[in-house]
Amino acid sequence: MDHTQALAWTPPRVQPSWLARLLDWKPALVAICLAPALGLLLVFLTYPLGLGIYMSFTDTQLGKPGIWVGLENFEYLLTDRVFLNAVWFTIFYTAAATIGKFALGLWLALLLNQHIPFKSLIRAIILLPWITPTVLSAIAFWWIYDPQFSIISYVVVDVLHLRSKYFDFIGSPWPARWSLIAANVWRGIPFVAISLLAGLQTISPSLYEAAMLDGATSWQRFRRITAPLLMPILAVVLTFSVLFTFADFQLVYAITRGGPINSTHLMATLAFQRGIPGAALGEGAAIAVAMIPFLVVATLFSYFAIGNRKWQQGGSDE
Amino acid sequence: MTHMSDTTPELASWDSRTRRLIMLYVPLGCFMLILLFPFYWMAITAFKPNGELLDYKTNNPFWIHSPTLDNIRKLLFDTEYPRWLVTTMGVAFGATAIALVASVLAAYAIQRLRFKGSKWVGLAIYLAYLVPPSILFIPLAQVIFSFGLFDSPMALILSYPTFLIPFCTWLLIGYFKSIPYELEECALIDGASRLQILRRITLPLAVPGLISAGIFAFTLSWNEFIYALAFISSSEKKTVPVAILTELVQGDVYQWGALMAGALLGSLPVAVFYSFFVEYYVSSLTGAVKE
Amino acid sequence: MAEVAISGVRKNFGSTAILHGVDISVADGEFAVLVGPSGCGKSTLLRMIAGLENISSGEIAIGGRVVNNVAPKERDIAMVFQNYALYPHMTVRENMAFSLSLAKAPAAVVTAKVGRAAGILGLDQLLDRYPRQLSGGQRQRVAMGRAIVRDPQVFLFDEPLSNLDAKLRVQMRGEIKDLHQRLRTTTIYVTHDQIEAMTMADKIVVMQGGRVEQIGAPLDLYDRPANLFVAGFIGSPAMNVLPGVVRAGACFVGDVRLPLPAGLGREGMSVSYGIRPEHWRLDDAGVAAIVRLVEPTGSETQVTAELAGVKIIGAFRERVSARPGETIHIAPDLGHVHLFSRDTGLRL
Repeated sequence: MDHTQALAWTPPRVQPSWLARLLDWKPALVAICLAPALGLLLVFLTYPLGLGIYMSFTDTQLGKPGIWVGLENFEYLLTDRVFLNAVWFTIFYTAAATIGKFALGLWLALLLNQHIPFKSLIRAIILLPWITPTVLSAIAFWWIYDPQFSIISYVVVDVLHLRSKYFDFIGSPWPARWSLIAANVWRGIPFVAISLLAGLQTISPSLYEAAMLDGATSWQRFRRITAPLLMPILAVVLTFSVLFTFADFQLVYAITRGGPINSTHLMATLAFQRGIPGAALGEGAAIAVAMIPFLVVATLFSYFAIGNRKWQQGGSDE
Repeated sequence: MTHMSDTTPELASWDSRTRRLIMLYVPLGCFMLILLFPFYWMAITAFKPNGELLDYKTNNPFWIHSPTLDNIRKLLFDTEYPRWLVTTMGVAFGATAIALVASVLAAYAIQRLRFKGSKWVGLAIYLAYLVPPSILFIPLAQVIFSFGLFDSPMALILSYPTFLIPFCTWLLIGYFKSIPYELEECALIDGASRLQILRRITLPLAVPGLISAGIFAFTLSWNEFIYALAFISSSEKKTVPVAILTELVQGDVYQWGALMAGALLGSLPVAVFYSFFVEYYVSSLTGAVKE
Repeated sequence: MAEVAISGVRKNFGSTAILHGVDISVADGEFAVLVGPSGCGKSTLLRMIAGLENISSGEIAIGGRVVNNVAPKERDIAMVFQNYALYPHMTVRENMAFSLSLAKAPAAVVTAKVGRAAGILGLDQLLDRYPRQLSGGQRQRVAMGRAIVRDPQVFLFDEPLSNLDAKLRVQMRGEIKDLHQRLRTTTIYVTHDQIEAMTMADKIVVMQGGRVEQIGAPLDLYDRPANLFVAGFIGSPAMNVLPGVVRAGACFVGDVRLPLPAGLGREGMSVSYGIRPEHWRLDDAGVAAIVRLVEPTGSETQVTAELAGVKIIGAFRERVSARPGETIHIAPDLGHVHLFSRDTGLRL
């Protein structure tokens, strides 16, 4: 066509296909978009959640459907020392590991927030413990904690001569507990550090400069500026950390399987042991369900107690 | 994004070199040492022959005196490792693909289509992330069984999205938020249908977010353990993490060399992936946490 | 014909009323400017014309056709957004050709139309660049180019110059006006800057609080503002307004007597006396005012002074040598005195 024809071209009126018209209708488009996600979640998450709660009230066995037994599973568990120990240790493990992770993670974040060479490289390296599959780094720790060949023992006993006996990391209850907590902290520091670092980087340096001029010491600057401004991110990171530490399975299963003498069982590992090798599915479900109240409380607590401060309520963003 | 310039700033007069050394570099060095040592230990053990492994008296254990590929060879040829690797890769890619498709659509609906109750749907998906797999694995095992998927990697491909979707949706909602709404309004006036807007404007602009979400999903799939342990029993169909833990221990003797080799090789795919995409990892972490 | 008729349009967001019944008509080829302070509803009205917001009640007609329920793409309009809304992942050419590619236009058409628009706006060298590589002014032109390619009945502009620096704004103002004179497309332009309104419009619509205050040609609004709001909004520096009472054919502000043209104002009425800064004259026989601030701009001298306790501004052509604290004598130009009722704010 020639130039004037080209300039005068107008788009033909084309009746859109029924599919395009359907998708232009907002309700249909919304339904189609949400269907895959909600569908998958309903079938593989919501339904099992309800089923799990139901199962905890039955005496289902592996391969054998069960009948309703009411609170029998829970009554039994309340008298079971192993269960009570698991509950206690899960709480202890979560608390100790969280404190460790956050204290060290915050320190590392503060260090990384300063000017250092190769910062990107260092940051990348630091994330490694978090990237590697937990089980595999757990195996490495298993090897490090070996009663005969632990490298730590070797260094402390044979090289530095600080002790005469090799450490018994995972042979007795309390050392095993602390060893697991240490491994959990090791694994969790990177995530906490990098997340808090992101938060620290949103605090404008001019706030610190102003405070310095006002006469604030390092500690005061930390307490009055850094800490409050970090609270929102801290709340989020803390919530997730507490949640996933409480529900941890891999680390303990890989290193001690809950031993020695059931002293390091977390509720998750106990649920697994009772439910699958032990074939008592109903009981396993009951233990798993027992975790729910704790999780809800912990989540709500860490989110609300730390997260919501008056001066943070500002514009709404959604 | 750094607040201080990337060129070395002048040392403030009240800051001294030694002070910096003690307060900054020494602790930092300790952290790096502690965080990296287990990997180093894992790696050199994998390449040590069995005799050297168990004997600290003769040789310095921090170094390899006669490096060997025996453990690696044993892992690759005497076990089902290649099979496990293929299975795990397949599961990770499959689950990631499903999760990404579902998440992109859900995030688009929640963030862009702005329908009544979108906030509640968003919240519901967010809450789904707070239900840990260790609570769900028993009833989910029942569900998997009733679908006839027990002992099949398909079980994992379908159940992994339950924790992948919430996270990816969350991440993608954040990315969609950064695309100005005016672009879509302009396209509407220009004559685009909703589908065309999604295809030609929103999706291309969300590609960095998609990459971040995909990488994260891949890593999380690789890292999953309890479902893989519970749903798959035949040894040749297991995923790498489960297999390394359960298949390499014969009797009471732990074959540390092989175990470490397995741990090392099991971490390699993710580490390689990671090294190419570090920025995406960090940005998705920080992005997710910030919102 | 591409006239736009807005009749009795109201807009509610939930229970809050944003627009309280607006009637505006824009003739074919006219450049109409909607101007007013933030929150007056002008952008909302523009978006309703575009089809991006629903109309709560009333009618909007484009080219004689009622478009209340017509989708944006069917209304044959093009919009230039405040933030340009350029697609960042497309080149300038692809941005401008987007609507054509949606309609699957043949390549020759795309080249011709995009080429024409680029030529008009001087974008020929930039066609293969990406938005992030362009300056603010260039992006603004690309946004306009995209609108031109559409060849619509009506152009809509939503505060397009707010993001530009002062100098660029002046330049772009001229370019947009020039464009309008070339293309003669009906244009509706929203801004909060009354200078833009005055210099560009064929017709100005002053809005406040969801209502139309006055519609008219720029100089009509300047010379005969219909109420106090328009009087104070149009013109910079703003018109001086002094509260007073009409007595014996003149306006008394406190004890100070300000003259009124014959027949204006009723005895005893409470009024607001309006006089623009440039309509004060230095006159030894005039009223006394105490100088507070003298600001010479080169072409004129702006003097802030106190007259009968009320702050006034005068803009004098001649250099004023008085200093703060000293007294000057000024008199108003009777032909440019405005009187408004104190109660209603309406012009008398």
